[in-house]
Amino acid sequence: MITDRIAVDIKVPNQTRYLRLIGHIGENIARTLRDYSGDREKLAYDLNLVLTEAMANAIQHANVGDPTKEVHIEISIVAQCLIIRVYDFGIGFDVKQYVEPRHPLDEHGRGIYLMHTIMDEVSYQPTENGHVLEMSKNL
Amino acid sequence: MNLQIEDKGAAVLMAVQEERLDAHNSGELKKHMLKLFEEGKNNLIVDLQAVRFVDSSGLGALVSGFKNASSRNGNLKLSGLQLQVKSMFELTRLHRVFEIYTDSGEALASFQQ
Repeated sequence: MITDRIAVDIKVPNQTRYLRLIGHIGENIARTLRDYSGDREKLAYDLNLVLTEAMANAIQHANVGDPTKEVHIEISIVAQCLIIRVYDFGIGFDVKQYVEPRHPLDEHGRGIYLMHTIMDEVSYQPTENGHVLEMSKNL
Repeated sequence: MNLQIEDKGAAVLMAVQEERLDAHNSGELKKHMLKLFEEGKNNLIVDLQAVRFVDSSGLGALVSGFKNASSRNGNLKLSGLQLQVKSMFELTRLHRVFEIYTDSGEALASFQQ
């Protein structure tokens, strides 16, 4: 049973060069958890992936590539539940059109599908000054 | 992006020398592939041996290259996929689209047949 309580709160510029940093934080959390009984390396890849996808979406679709904007990311683990929130400060995007698996030869739109496949719950809601993409997974 | 490009005759080998192929660098891979297509080099091998992480943008860039190669009567084949990278192709059903080889030598041999 996972007893770790972790809260990570990070703000980075709205630039893809920071994807690696955010992805690595996810990987390191997976490797650090005290009592995780599943495949730790798979969890590390999955957290790297969902954080990378959520942040890339915020940069490209919500903040529309504006490098002066910020992406705000919260990662928390409480009572064996991992919650990731990615806040953007832009116009948002239509998350529903990407939920279904894409045709294999589509070049875009796999990110949301991957997040839905890996996490238990995914939602995208407006906030006061943007949107928040929230994902959760029971560990 | 750190990319080694070598013309092997039957195909051009593109070895991605990055730990990650993601939304930060996949556009650059696409650009390099387009340049090769413009030069009439339509048979490509993308070797991912050094890559331990691919996201949806990385997959999208490879799909784009595959479609471009196919439309020019060429092919884009992959080699050297690490286990977790291979899982990404399975999760997105892309393992049915690409010819995937253990190493670049095998991929090259398949072009020479």
